[in-house]
Amino acid sequence: MSYDAPIKEIGETYLLPEGTTANDVTETIAGVTENPAPRGWWLLFLASVSVLGIMGAALAYLFYQGVGVWGNNAPVYWAWDITNFVWWIGIGHAGTLISAILFLFRQKWRTSINRFAEAMTVFAVLCAGLFPAIHTGRPWFDYYLFPLPNQMDMWPNFKSPLMWDVFAVSTYLTISVIFWYVGLIPDFATLRDRSKNLTRKRVYGFFALGWRGAHRHWQHYERAYLIFAGISTPLVLSVHSVVSFDFATSVVPGWHTTIFPPYFVAGAVFSGFALVMTLMLICRSVFKLHGIVTIKHLDLMNKFMLGTALLVGYAYAMEFFIAWYSSNPYEQWVFLHNRLGWGMLDSKGNWGPLWWAYYAMVSCNVIVPQIFWFKRARTSVPIMLIASVLINIGMWFERFVIIVTSLYQDFLPSSWGMFHPTLIDVLTYLGTFGLFFTLFLLFVRWVPMIAIAEVKGTLPGAHPDIHALESRQEEPGTAAAPVPAE
Amino acid sequence: MANEKKKPALYLAEYDTPNAIARAAMRVRDAGYQKWDCHTPYAMHGMDEAMGLKPTRIGVISFIFGMLGVGTAVLMMQYTNAWTFNLLDIGWGYPLVVGGKPPGAFPSMVPIMFELGVLLCGFATLFGLLGIIKLPRHNHPIFESDRFEAASGDKFFISIEADDQKFDLERTKALLESTNPTYLELVEEEVQ
Repeated sequence: MSYDAPIKEIGETYLLPEGTTANDVTETIAGVTENPAPRGWWLLFLASVSVLGIMGAALAYLFYQGVGVWGNNAPVYWAWDITNFVWWIGIGHAGTLISAILFLFRQKWRTSINRFAEAMTVFAVLCAGLFPAIHTGRPWFDYYLFPLPNQMDMWPNFKSPLMWDVFAVSTYLTISVIFWYVGLIPDFATLRDRSKNLTRKRVYGFFALGWRGAHRHWQHYERAYLIFAGISTPLVLSVHSVVSFDFATSVVPGWHTTIFPPYFVAGAVFSGFALVMTLMLICRSVFKLHGIVTIKHLDLMNKFMLGTALLVGYAYAMEFFIAWYSSNPYEQWVFLHNRLGWGMLDSKGNWGPLWWAYYAMVSCNVIVPQIFWFKRARTSVPIMLIASVLINIGMWFERFVIIVTSLYQDFLPSSWGMFHPTLIDVLTYLGTFGLFFTLFLLFVRWVPMIAIAEVKGTLPGAHPDIHALESRQEEPGTAAAPVPAE
Repeated sequence: MANEKKKPALYLAEYDTPNAIARAAMRVRDAGYQKWDCHTPYAMHGMDEAMGLKPTRIGVISFIFGMLGVGTAVLMMQYTNAWTFNLLDIGWGYPLVVGGKPPGAFPSMVPIMFELGVLLCGFATLFGLLGIIKLPRHNHPIFESDRFEAASGDKFFISIEADDQKFDLERTKALLESTNPTYLELVEEEVQ
């Protein structure tokens, strides 16, 4: 048959349980937006909005006082803000990976999680973009970042990786939103056609753009979707590579290394998958989506996390190898003292004060995911929930380790310092969770959180067997009456 | 109802299975209709062939605008960071020497060339798609049919528009009936 069917020879089976119909898929997914919200949704939503309020207050105080309210100070000028930026944008990467790269590789299991992950991407990149914007200290001058004609004839310096970052992140956000919306058009049409009241019909109808499922449209739509997947794939790899250039092009020991781009991309995918997993497990049980997001999907995601954990673990090891192999004493100091905590050059034999961050990172990112070698762990919901949360904690520590432990003691002992986060640091970071979850909860409530049209395309018998039909067309009995003559 | 006058807009035939609509689509294709379409809840593979459609050319638009984005990025960065003239009074370009590199150094411009290329390609693909498929359009007569709501659910439809040169109230109906639809309707639209 066609490539749409599972390949029996390698043990593939249909993704959804036998007997699932297109109508079941529509009912399950569209039902979430049509039924009254479960009480749990309201509790979470109120909590998220409250936390969002905390973010508003923290930002207002920051703008009023200036960035001095954060713990950033010489020599650690980048601290939690950039850690949070890299962490959030890394989380965003899973969405594009699932929707674009797995699409190009024809991994059909992506259909149950791609919409969800794309939404996460958009919201995570919004949270990420906030941090560099407020880190400028005077965010009302952020327009300086763009090459806008101005009376001072002042232009940005395009040789700076920070400028590349501006373009990479804003392009990434824009393309992610477009990709997400294009995927949503047929599903908005489904919601429009199922609407019972006029307001719903009008609102969903507006976003559905008058979609009527015409094959003459699907034909171009599918190609456009393929093009989006094609451009998003290098885009997603470029974004975190460019983020890593912010570090790698500097001379700071611990940053100045060529492994950073692939290392950052692998870490980004790793953390993104972990957050998709955490949120998917919660939504799956709250909205009863077990029939569409099956254990088989979760098993595959866990394998992905195991794979990226190994990549990240390799990068951690390679950094140490290069620190030794380069014979660079500053590099070795950063890795052995600042990260591992060994008092290599410390006459008193003291451990580096931030050693615990490095051990937290390695435990969560390298040791914990090894549990996914076992099939029983890959198919156990409590284990994967705990592991995915730990991985995200570990990935936050990874960025903290890279940024702060490289900066606080680098070349001259006379300019060494220490970083202590302030309450505003904590509240700002916490507040972005409010922003993320507020948007996310609105999304799961009002937008189909699983790609209805794409899931239907993976059902058994969803596609006609054209070649068999073409050859059989002339046989008697396949058509009831002859075509009327002109 | 101010205006009661109506005229036929299209025939709508409903099918239950992918094979049924594919078989019917081949009959309509072989009968030589041009302005007709299949409506399915998801992108059904193989229907291009069953309907006899030409391959889509949307990639050409994406490619042209992608390259335009790359070109724009080169010009923008060379103008602002390497050249010294004032184009249309938007401000003088100013050669920046950073890290001892030549002002127009190419390697450092690659990331932004790529990003702007992707950005323009993305916009062109979105608006190119909407332009080619002529959406948004909310007033299509096919929405007059209540039955058509299932086209985004689990039913499959073929529509043949009255604008088609071969459209004939009797013969088109007979053709569609010969394909064993589960339902057949003449959808009418109000005369403007």
